Amino acid sequence: MSTGAIAQQGFGARGFALPPNTGKIVRAVLTYAVLILFALAMIMPFVFAVVNSFKELPDIAANPMRLTPGVRADGTPYSWTLQGYERALTTQQINFPRAIFNSFFIAILVTIMRVLFNSLAGYALARIRFPGRGFAFAALVGTLMVPGIVLLIPRYLVLSQLGWIDTYWALLIPYFADAFGIFLMKQFFESIPREIEEAAEIDGASRFRMFFVIILPMAVPALTAMAIFAFQGTWNDFQGPLIALNLNRDLYTLPLALAFLRGVTGDAIQWDLMLAGSVITTLPMAVIFFIFQRFFIEGVSYTGVKG
Amino acid sequence: MAVAAPSLGNQGGFRLSAKAQERLAGFTFILPALIIIIAFIFLPLLSAFLISFTNWNGLQPPTEAAGVGLANYARIFGLDGTTVVRDEFFVAIKNTFYYTLGVVPTQTILALVLAFIVNQQFLRFRGFFRVAFYFPSITSSIVIATIFLWLFNRNGVINGVIGGVANFLGLQYTPVTWINDANGIIHNFLRLFGLTARTAPAWMTETNVLGQTIWQWISGPSVTMLAIMLLAIWTTTGTMMLIFLAALQDIPRQLYEAASVDGATRWQQFRLITVPMLRPTTFFVLTIGLIGCFQVFDQIYVISQGNPAGTTKTIAWIVFRNLRDSQAGLGAALAFVLFVIIAIFTIFQRRLVGKTVQQ
Repeated sequence: MSTGAIAQQGFGARGFALPPNTGKIVRAVLTYAVLILFALAMIMPFVFAVVNSFKELPDIAANPMRLTPGVRADGTPYSWTLQGYERALTTQQINFPRAIFNSFFIAILVTIMRVLFNSLAGYALARIRFPGRGFAFAALVGTLMVPGIVLLIPRYLVLSQLGWIDTYWALLIPYFADAFGIFLMKQFFESIPREIEEAAEIDGASRFRMFFVIILPMAVPALTAMAIFAFQGTWNDFQGPLIALNLNRDLYTLPLALAFLRGVTGDAIQWDLMLAGSVITTLPMAVIFFIFQRFFIEGVSYTGVKG
Repeated sequence: MAVAAPSLGNQGGFRLSAKAQERLAGFTFILPALIIIIAFIFLPLLSAFLISFTNWNGLQPPTEAAGVGLANYARIFGLDGTTVVRDEFFVAIKNTFYYTLGVVPTQTILALVLAFIVNQQFLRFRGFFRVAFYFPSITSSIVIATIFLWLFNRNGVINGVIGGVANFLGLQYTPVTWINDANGIIHNFLRLFGLTARTAPAWMTETNVLGQTIWQWISGPSVTMLAIMLLAIWTTTGTMMLIFLAALQDIPRQLYEAASVDGATRWQQFRLITVPMLRPTTFFVLTIGLIGCFQVFDQIYVISQGNPAGTTKTIAWIVFRNLRDSQAGLGAALAFVLFVIIAIFTIFQRRLVGKTVQQ
């Protein structure tokens, strides 16, 4: 408010014979113009992709910018079609329905286990005194610094030693805990007043009961936020499955299946199929995003505060 | 589990002291997560570090690989007299550097400006703008790369839009082959002034520094790399805008009110309150931007696989390619070199941003 008032004084002081509100209006118009332009730049690629995924292949090639089916050279109109989706789901090159299943199976299982393991570990670091706590904490801090790409070959090395290459184990177990999530949970548990646990302790509850019956229900918002991030990270992960899967294409997740289809088709990319595949891959995340918007936005603010 | 433990303590038989129970609980709580992190981050890193001193091909059991001492590292920097690995490494350094130099400042400044705009008091539909700006960052990198590959098609939407605007302004536009154009954008710019590889002075085209001539070093990112850079900026700006926005809203209003009571101008308020208060966030955004850029991989994999003419080979890409080409030992060494580069830049950046804080 105060800043706005000062701006107006500034305009007034220059002595132009403008109506008193001109500065404000100009500013508002400019603001909205810039924001709408950027919002369009952010949204339009998705709009073009979704719309074209429902068009016929020659129509996509000839009229990518049309948001409705175009017209053939001979004057007959193209029509809306589900051909891209049919071809994606039935292509011989990759088992796409299986990839959909794999993506859901892996993302859901990893999310559940990560929420459990991270919150257990976060609670231990926040509240329980035990020998080696300092070491455990230091080990976790150390891993926060490691860039993902540096882990590419090391991960492959361990997975191949375990004989897990081309198995579900390699796509699941390594992701059941992550240092960042443990820190988030630790911070959250530290914010819960100690008195609550002290009261439970007087009632004779053990740590286990205290955690599962009293503490965990209080942590539902934090757990939801972590679950969303775990699901998003696993759903979108590309490098993990890329390293873990060598010959077994039946275990491909959606991102891997898409990248594979782009690779095998070389320059002759079947865009109806690829766009349909992109939409299928994005849809579940989009639904989760619109339901849990608040958690996403707050989660970002949280990472910001952390730095 | 939740029931068994207390009954153990309460029902006689044998009793654990409260302290022992507490310890047991601590171990049980931390162990699952700790085992996973040790087994899949700590041990791998350690063994990969050892592997980087061998000629492991990624297929044989690592114990059968022969130790080669520092040979992998020597090859990367050309200290063993060979140039093949070194030249590719420095091409990747150049490409990654141009990529980072283009992406990090652009996305940070854009995010900051957008955050200021969205933070204005009068703005309505703020929720809508937030969602619109954030959506790209929840989408799979592979999907975004696929969509951009399509948009940047020669007959695609991007050329269509540019062509439309050019047409409107009465200009000629020859569609750019975005995905297959190895020309550096600085070279393209210099060509406007008649400076090409042929007309450039000899000291530029004939002096070889680490496998490339000076003329090649100053190429700038290729047109294809530029498309990938635009993709990166498009994806990350929204997230960073939200981070800045959160920081802006965390600045106590009283600070501004007190300042304006004291007669501080708007510019003074910006300089003396907003800028210092945003500094930790700016450091955070710059650092994650830098770390992200140095690791660019998924987009390269889908869009160009290092092509055209090696102009989109990045360090992360050659790490992966060495693993794929049965040179895992060399790849591991490259990964550690990248690790060190990232660490150095992060520390340097912290120093730099920290310095300006004190002024």
